[in-house]
Amino acid sequence: MNGRSKVHPLVPVLFLIPACTLLGLFAVYPALKAVALSFTNFNMINSAAFVGFDNYLALWRDPFFWGALQNTLLYVCVVVPVLVLLPIPLAVLVNRSIPGIAFFRAAIYLPVVTSLVISGLIWKWVYEERGILNFFLIAGGITDQPVAFLTDPGNALFSVMAVTIWSGMGYYMVIYLAGLQSIPRELYEVAEVEGVSKWQQLIYITIPMLRPSIAVVSVMSSIAAMKVFEEVYIMTRGGPLDSTKTLVYYLYESAFDEFQMGYASAVGVVLLAITLGFSLLHLRLTRAAK
Amino acid sequence: MKSRQEKIGVALRYLCLLLAVLVTVGPFLWLLSTSLKSANENIFAYPPNFLPVEPTFANFARIFETQPLLVYLRNSALVAVIAVVCNLTFASLAAYPLARIAFRGRTLLFGSLLATMMIPFQLTLIPVYELAVALGLANSHLGLVIPHACTAFGIFFMRQAFLTIPQAIEEAAMMEGVNRFQIWWHIMLPLVKPSLATLAVFTFIAVWGDFLWPLIIIDQPALFTLPLGVNRLASAFSLDWRLVAAGAIFSVLPILLFFIFTQRFFIEGALKGAVKG
Repeated sequence: MNGRSKVHPLVPVLFLIPACTLLGLFAVYPALKAVALSFTNFNMINSAAFVGFDNYLALWRDPFFWGALQNTLLYVCVVVPVLVLLPIPLAVLVNRSIPGIAFFRAAIYLPVVTSLVISGLIWKWVYEERGILNFFLIAGGITDQPVAFLTDPGNALFSVMAVTIWSGMGYYMVIYLAGLQSIPRELYEVAEVEGVSKWQQLIYITIPMLRPSIAVVSVMSSIAAMKVFEEVYIMTRGGPLDSTKTLVYYLYESAFDEFQMGYASAVGVVLLAITLGFSLLHLRLTRAAK
Repeated sequence: MKSRQEKIGVALRYLCLLLAVLVTVGPFLWLLSTSLKSANENIFAYPPNFLPVEPTFANFARIFETQPLLVYLRNSALVAVIAVVCNLTFASLAAYPLARIAFRGRTLLFGSLLATMMIPFQLTLIPVYELAVALGLANSHLGLVIPHACTAFGIFFMRQAFLTIPQAIEEAAMMEGVNRFQIWWHIMLPLVKPSLATLAVFTFIAVWGDFLWPLIIIDQPALFTLPLGVNRLASAFSLDWRLVAAGAIFSVLPILLFFIFTQRFFIEGALKGAVKG
């Protein structure tokens, strides 16, 4: 593993200084500072005064915070299972060298490289009351009235979720594709000889062998779903009637519209606590798997 | 018999693939079609016109007259290139001793660096903003680079790459009295070029699509990146979807070209990346 010859102790330090400085300055210090700010009434104008747990008590009594937390958790509960399951058949589909497969892989991946601002705008147009999606739904006899995707408080959050799924699907497909390609071919060959059907091969070989990838995708998609912002900002601005206001959107609004920096930091700490929970769960699961 | 069954299987596979592509690419085509429709054409027609009746570039001409789109494009490209150079340099510098030199506290340091990945950027938004303002980086290209200049993921990824290089190559060089920096630059970096390329591509895409941080740190349109610019354009022309569509198409084109030339790295990236479970 390591070079056997003596290395001057300053050598690794020199290599590491730029990275440690940058991460310390722009990640570690700000994280500690944010936690500290959450115990103050900092608002950009007056200097911050220590207020103890006041921000957290205010959060506890703030119906908008509970609404945002509820929306975010619902977001995770819907988006994560879809993003864990849907990319598996997609990966199985593109895991075959047939003519044109590179095109199909790239085409399914395309939304991933598109910035969320553009994806949000595209779907805002597709979701339009007299737009193309409503045309297909009506022409296909699925509804007879146009659906108010983004303007009905009952639909808006789910419509935004669909965009998150659309944007993320290709990314997780590629992770599963990598997982699929690491499954030893012999397993399938033996199964074939034994007369095991394709369907059973999927259930008894593919899915169990994909377990590490499934764990990775679950955690990555949960953390991403906790942080959803761009889709909401572009398509609904948290509306209608706050039905799409998520935790990060609420944080943004408190900090940069209302300048309640201390309060917004407390929202950030809640976000940290939940995402950290997901990360630790992941570590637990991967340790258990080993 | 068997071959016929296989043929049906392949046909079914293509059918499903086409369906998937319809969902992922279809909305882009609809946007493109809208952007090419003339002002006389009803974009809300029922049933909709899938193709523009009289295709025109008038919408593109119009948005170019009113929005400095090329400035946005230049800003996006500049920031992405600076970020890629910074991240590749700093991450591969830090990754080298973490993979190759035994020193006290190495495991602890690597663990701590990885742990920073768990900090949500949104939590740090306010202090990073304050810091950027204090350092005079608000409304500057360098300010936009901050969250991408050195990523813990980059360090992790490059360390993985260095670990796969046989020790013997380095030892031979050390016998000849070459110092560690020369080894890093002349021997190790050329050997991990594919990983550098993959990291470059991922960093580029991340910076290019960034929105929340630019939204906060930039308020002068002359420094807007494409996502900010298109957002501004969409608010300005919210009543005419032809123009919004033209703006969106313009900003998708560069990344589409970039993606066409670099697509193989995305799959290689997943194969080599953090996806070991």
